[in-house]
Amino acid sequence: MGGERKTLRNTLVLIAGLLAFWQLVYWIIGDVAMRSPWQTMRYTVTFVQSELFWTHLPNTLQAFAVALAIAVVLGLLIGFALGLHRLSAEAMEPMLVALYSIPKITLYPIILLAFGLGMSAKIAFGAIHGIVPVALFTLNAVRSTRPILVKTGRVLKLSPPAMVRSILFPAAVPEIFTGLRVGFSLTLIGTVLGEMFAAQHGLGYLLMNAIGLYNVDVIMAVTFLLVVFAAGVNAVLLAVDRRLHFRA
Amino acid sequence: MRRVRIYQIAVIAGFLLLLEALCLAGVIDKITMPPPHRIAIDFVRLLLAGKLYPEIGKSLANVLLAFASAYLIGIFTGTVLHGYRTVRETLDPLFATYYAIPVFAFYPLFIVIFGLGDGPQVLIGFLLGVVAVIVTTLNGLDRVPRVLRKTASICRMGPFETAVHVTLPFCAPYLLTAAKLALAYAFIGVIGSEFIMARSGMGYEIGYAYTNFDNATMYPLILLILLLSIVMNGVLTHWEKVLLARRGQR
Repeated sequence: MGGERKTLRNTLVLIAGLLAFWQLVYWIIGDVAMRSPWQTMRYTVTFVQSELFWTHLPNTLQAFAVALAIAVVLGLLIGFALGLHRLSAEAMEPMLVALYSIPKITLYPIILLAFGLGMSAKIAFGAIHGIVPVALFTLNAVRSTRPILVKTGRVLKLSPPAMVRSILFPAAVPEIFTGLRVGFSLTLIGTVLGEMFAAQHGLGYLLMNAIGLYNVDVIMAVTFLLVVFAAGVNAVLLAVDRRLHFRA
Repeated sequence: MRRVRIYQIAVIAGFLLLLEALCLAGVIDKITMPPPHRIAIDFVRLLLAGKLYPEIGKSLANVLLAFASAYLIGIFTGTVLHGYRTVRETLDPLFATYYAIPVFAFYPLFIVIFGLGDGPQVLIGFLLGVVAVIVTTLNGLDRVPRVLRKTASICRMGPFETAVHVTLPFCAPYLLTAAKLALAYAFIGVIGSEFIMARSGMGYEIGYAYTNFDNATMYPLILLILLLSIVMNGVLTHWEKVLLARRGQR
């Protein structure tokens, strides 16, 4: 209980500190390029009620949801397939790590050529950001399952699907969830980036458009909304993550 | 070990052959992607021609700058922060959520503030990397045995000397991990920013080639960036392994 209160206090202090920092930077830089926290929040409230926002938001959400679904399903499949086979796991893990560290942004033009401008390119770009972390965390979780659990499964003569369902998956849930949390953030970033480079809809496009028109109010509001959304969801996922790891 | 190598080579070769076959069979058309052997030829040609060397040099210089600043400032901040527990605990939620924040969303803001130049690009690369370095440094410092710190204080070392001669050398493997992360983020930040909005650099050239359907330039450039980041990452990983092996931890 004390730990939770401490986290809450720390978070509040942190938010206050960040707002103060923001205000300070605003005082230094001024109205040309920025808005103060108060102005941004006020504009965000009107912006959220505008039609402009509501035509673009569903687009981003839809692309993000599909991308996340693809990343999770493919990531889990790859992770389990490789994790179950010792040699595959050993050989592919460093390759996945290498894939994880390459700047995937450079692949964007290729994705555009392959998928064309629009929804599918955004989804693909979001998904490639998310697949690798989900696969990596799953692979390592499956590989490091306690041998005694696997042996028990073998003694009970479980079929491979039953083994995954009733032993490997439950044992790996905490680690897999961490993978999902990281995958969630990266997929969101990927989707928004995709919209920034080439799209006619979505919040990323709105942001790019606002840069072109030099509309500081919109830039600040969209950035603010993205950060609040990402940080908010991540905080919830992190809390679940900690609980899962604590239980395990 | 041997079998693992063979497996890896087989996977890469299989992937390339598959791409080659798909391209030659026309499943992937020429406008989307030239066959891999074509890309390899274009790659060599691009490097021999040297026309893009200034762009490549400029991007790499910015990557290096972003990497170095994120790395040095990150390690310094991490080391200082390690001594102040309350501050560290307060910042913990920020570190935990930091990578959920799309830092690129700030790029427009930076352009407005600093102008369309190298500054905003390096800053994005720096911002992406610095927190990873701080967190990894803190992680490493947490594992320094008490006895080492005590020995340092017996030798009357100040906080700076202790960090430079005792604690940071102990964390060397962690610092290498931090270097890998900072490098990856520096690449992502700089190349990505050049993509979004810039007047020069590799990212810009790739975008330019893309709009002109110039696959003979675009694919080799992309390949070059991927190879550079993989090779640098590989060198650091190898070094890390050597260090760990010397300490008997693997």
